[in-house]
Amino acid sequence: MNLFLDAFAWIFDPVNWSGAGSIPQRLWEHIWISAVVLLIASAIALPAGAVIGHTGRGRESAVRVSGGLRALPTLGVLTLFGLWIGIGLAAPIIALVILAIPPLLAGAYAGFESVDRRTIDAARAMGMRESQIVGRVELPLGLPIIVGGIRSATLQIIATATLAAYIADDGLGRFIFAGLKTRDYAEMLGGSILVIVLALVVDGCFAITQRLVVPAGVRATRARELGSRPSRPRVAVGQPITEGNRE
Amino acid sequence: MIEFRDVTKRYPDGTVAVAGVDIVIEPHSTTVLVGSSGSGKTTLLRMINRMVDPTHGQVLIDGEDVATVDPVQLRRGIGYVMQNSGLLPHRKVIDNVATVPLLRGEKRRAAYDRALELLDTVGLDRSLADKYPSQLSGGQQQRVGVARGLAVDPNILLMDEPFGAVDPIVRSELQQELLRLQGELGKTVVFVTHDIDEAFLLGDQVVIMQQGGKISQAASPAEILANPADAFVADFVGAERGKRALHVTELDGRRLVVDGDGRPAGVLAS
Amino acid sequence: MTWLWSNLDRVGELMLVHLALSVPAIILSFVISVPIGWIAHRYRWTRGALLSLCALLYAIPSLALFIALPVITGLGLRSPLNLVIALTLYGIAVIVRTATDAFDSVDRDIRQSATAVGYSAAGRFWAVELPLAGPVLLSGLRVVIVSTVSLATVGAVIGVPSLGSLFTDGFQRGIQAEIITGIVATIVLALVLDWLSVVLGRVLMPWSRAKPTGARAASAAPAAEADAA
Repeated sequence: MNLFLDAFAWIFDPVNWSGAGSIPQRLWEHIWISAVVLLIASAIALPAGAVIGHTGRGRESAVRVSGGLRALPTLGVLTLFGLWIGIGLAAPIIALVILAIPPLLAGAYAGFESVDRRTIDAARAMGMRESQIVGRVELPLGLPIIVGGIRSATLQIIATATLAAYIADDGLGRFIFAGLKTRDYAEMLGGSILVIVLALVVDGCFAITQRLVVPAGVRATRARELGSRPSRPRVAVGQPITEGNRE
Repeated sequence: MIEFRDVTKRYPDGTVAVAGVDIVIEPHSTTVLVGSSGSGKTTLLRMINRMVDPTHGQVLIDGEDVATVDPVQLRRGIGYVMQNSGLLPHRKVIDNVATVPLLRGEKRRAAYDRALELLDTVGLDRSLADKYPSQLSGGQQQRVGVARGLAVDPNILLMDEPFGAVDPIVRSELQQELLRLQGELGKTVVFVTHDIDEAFLLGDQVVIMQQGGKISQAASPAEILANPADAFVADFVGAERGKRALHVTELDGRRLVVDGDGRPAGVLAS
Repeated sequence: MTWLWSNLDRVGELMLVHLALSVPAIILSFVISVPIGWIAHRYRWTRGALLSLCALLYAIPSLALFIALPVITGLGLRSPLNLVIALTLYGIAVIVRTATDAFDSVDRDIRQSATAVGYSAAGRFWAVELPLAGPVLLSGLRVVIVSTVSLATVGAVIGVPSLGSLFTDGFQRGIQAEIITGIVATIVLALVLDWLSVVLGRVLMPWSRAKPTGARAASAAPAAEADAA
């Protein structure tokens, strides 16, 4: 436990709070990189997931791509891009984007797909355009699951951004690697604690968001449905759509 | 008037849902499409608002081929009520009812006022307007579904097994309610069911469909009972057995009507 | 390729080391998670706490956990056991959630009829609930297999050898082939373990192959009925 005291002493040491490579600077870098990566990856994965979830087309390949990407060892991808591109921010950002896509894509198509096909059928029968069905029916109803995907992607990004300090001079991971090199356990552990706190705070924010975006009318029935049906068979829901004519 | 002219629907996998159907549906009347599952009755219904397009033949509304009309505009002018109500779970009752008027660009205020009136029309208390669909009973949800179908005051109301998922008591209540509504509003109603009793109760014209999407007989309930077109129809409506094969017996000088199983159905009024 | 041929021994050796790290963690996390998942399923009031705890655990970045854990366990930072414990914790965080869903997914009627025909609570668990939850449990196990094998490589940066050593070594010495070999070897290892788990699942749950289609057909009925008519 003494080591924890040392770590907190390191965190609260004023020396570490100013100048180059200070805690605020590293924290800011960490947040900034994570945000940029999340934006880029979302811009790619969310629309793709929406299209796949709405049309049901390309689902098999999306499952395969996101499943396959998940098996990629993050450290391997980071070091490979580090070698290819060299020192700087580009390598970790590209690697992080690639690693963030699977959870985002999976969350997006699962979210759009989770909407009851009968509800969508009814919306179409009332005369909603496909774009209106996507925006006014599927998006609000699928949002909790989509946000869930963004949540796990963000955690993944924060964790991997820590690791990215191995190939670039950025983020809270720097403290860990610097500590490893100089055998300074207080710095290593202090850096770890900061990363853990950051991850838990961000996760907490997402947990709250995820709760807030559940449409009020769905909240009552949600717990029951989620519990009884781990996943909705696709065959059951695909049919009404193929019967209709899609414009 | 809705007219089906030699309409066929064949799916890419080769199954024929509807085969060479000709029907004329008179305005301000109720036509019930009845048949077992797989008889193509829902497909036929969904051709009217272009949820399904025929592979052959034409569907005409007041002489205009629906294939020439933009499906979205077409659907916004036709009421549609489906099984399980199909309400949007994330919107309050009033927003559900007002959905189509708002889609058509009506003012929110006017759409809400009209939605409240419609709740009266279908026999729902206005206090339910701010509830979510999941907070209503099955019968109430179905009434909201009907109100939504009527929201743009359409001439045509399509109803796809609307009372299929509610219990028998509520079902009969809703059927009576629909008869009352139809008496007041006089829409052109096309109604799909697999229940022949429901068909005879609600339909001015009953269209009996059989497997493979063919029409066995399209006529008034009385006509079908009196002259079933073939053995299939006779069997389907149960004209030769059970509660429809009524005959008269005398008991203590009064004439009793007895069904096929010998159970008394009533007394013949003089 | 030339790099691979001249270093085949080392790659093979690291693969074994990697297996020795990840397989115990996978098995341990499964064995520990199933009872926890059952408790979360059976006793509703524990569910919120257990699942939040798992979510919290899951949120902790791996590198930070690898470094913080020895302080609690008293093990050395470079001890493989330290890594196995951390990987087990992550595995638990994933499977408990799935296990809870798995037990939830067992049909109430089936459970009640098992009680009705006279199973004791324990007998019902082993003979009815566990087998029926099996397919979903397996899906959770498969996720953990892939993530554990991949995560184990991270240990290399703190000095615990594994296939991840190929990444750190390749990066420091600028050998691209070494890193690519490491990535491929990790994926192959994950796929082989995944495949083994599927085979094991088929042997232990011969009914599960037939089941999905049956279940699908049953739940497809309402939608298909409205459709076909």
